[in-house]
Amino acid sequence: MDFSSPPPGGKMDSATRDQLMSQVKQQIALANAQELLQKMSEKCYKKCISKPGTTLDNSEQKCIAMCMDRYMDTWNLVSRVYAQRLQRESNKMG
Amino acid sequence: MSFDSLPNKDEVDPEVASFIQMESQKAELQAQVHKLADVCWEQCVDRPRDKLDSRTETCVSNCVERFIDTSLTVATRFQKLIQGAGNM
Repeated sequence: MDFSSPPPGGKMDSATRDQLMSQVKQQIALANAQELLQKMSEKCYKKCISKPGTTLDNSEQKCIAMCMDRYMDTWNLVSRVYAQRLQRESNKMG
Repeated sequence: MSFDSLPNKDEVDPEVASFIQMESQKAELQAQVHKLADVCWEQCVDRPRDKLDSRTETCVSNCVERFIDTSLTVATRFQKLIQGAGNM
């Protein structure tokens, strides 16, 4: 990303601006996906591989698939509960 | 993600500036969700099954709420401690 040379006066044409905005959104989505991927690898390794063998056996692969699904369920639930809480807190502030 | 190294604010298109502010706020919230999911997964999910059972869901939901309560309590008490130290 290059924010180093804004045009004089700071105004961009709308095509440049749209491009910049969608690039930023994409970068954030990518970072988010990477974070989730990393967490799932770490968590599911921990849950499913108690004794690392020479390959991932069938039951380990099934466990990993299940674990990923449950991690995403947990992520979505957390996201929902957190958003509701923020909403309540901001209502409290008036 | 940090956008601290933006050029002089006066030179940034205001529409872009507010877009960036919104997006970085959203990214911050998402980072918080990652953190909470990590903490609550560790505490609530034992063996991953074919779905999250209701006991696990309750645990996760309580975990999020109590974590936030804890953060708020810590922040309040910490502020008092700092103020107390300032008066010495």
